[in-house]
Amino acid sequence: MSEQSQTAELTANQTYNAEHTNTNNGEHSVSYGTYFMVWLGLVALTSVTVTVAGIHLGSLTLITALLIAAVKTTLVGYHFMHLKFDNIIIKIFVMVCLGIFLCLWILTFADLSFR
Amino acid sequence: MTEHSEVMQEETQIHSGAHVHRDDEGSKMAMWLFLFTELLLFGGLFLLYGSYRFEYADGFKAAAADMNSVIGAVNTLILLTSSLSVALSIAALQRKQKALALGMLWFTIICGLVFLVNKYFEWSHEIGMGIYPGGPALENMSNGEIIYFGLYYVMTGLHGLHVIVGMIFIGFVMFFISRDKITATNYQKLENAGLYWHLVDIIWIFLFPLFYLLH
Repeated sequence: MSEQSQTAELTANQTYNAEHTNTNNGEHSVSYGTYFMVWLGLVALTSVTVTVAGIHLGSLTLITALLIAAVKTTLVGYHFMHLKFDNIIIKIFVMVCLGIFLCLWILTFADLSFR
Repeated sequence: MTEHSEVMQEETQIHSGAHVHRDDEGSKMAMWLFLFTELLLFGGLFLLYGSYRFEYADGFKAAAADMNSVIGAVNTLILLTSSLSVALSIAALQRKQKALALGMLWFTIICGLVFLVNKYFEWSHEIGMGIYPGGPALENMSNGEIIYFGLYYVMTGLHGLHVIVGMIFIGFVMFFISRDKITATNYQKLENAGLYWHLVDIIWIFLFPLFYLLH
């Protein structure tokens, strides 16, 4: 009897898991530790930005600050926003959107620089 | 036998539950599309910042030197930590740790509040010094500095509004979690609130160096 109920429970669990996978963006349970590591990385990069800003690098200061911000954004997007686990179509959407945004910058600065 | 039929019934319920119209992937995609419009909203302002900085480099540097980079750094840490707590709350809910998930969301809202309080003190200080549209200090500044402070108020103000909206969004999600409308198997709304909050964090990641550090 108990064996039968165990098997039945197992089947129920399997059905449950199958339903879970279909609806909630796949099974992805990230460990709490991973999130803490990402956070530590973000805090470290913030302190790097603050330190680098204190050193006078001339025109490189702006580029360095933006590069570090871009790395931080990648960390947040990939881990916190779960792009890591997302469907390829969402990844493509994000890349296309960032590509358009980059084009806007390049075109604007191409105009500004050659005035 | 009765146990077996009970399980069968549960299975049927779960099975029929799978047919309830719910499209998490679509919901997530819609949220991302919305975030793209947000990117263009702030992106346009960042572009404006970039172009004016290109034209008034000295004015921008002089104005940024007046900023309190300590408050900016503290606010950065607060938002990064709140992003962590949102991510943790999703992980906790996935593990069916409802209380922990709610606790993490409370923590996020408190972080948002502390961020806004800091912002309030910061703005009050600047307004107190006469730096506001038509203010005595702003009138004596160079064009570059005036544009810098205009962008500063618009961009951090708009960002602050987003923090408020994010807190309200998270508040609704917490209500749904407490009523078991958002659960370990149905948490896309929480995920979407998280996406929004992370976007607000990302915008600040760029605002912080551009307004507080580049002098």
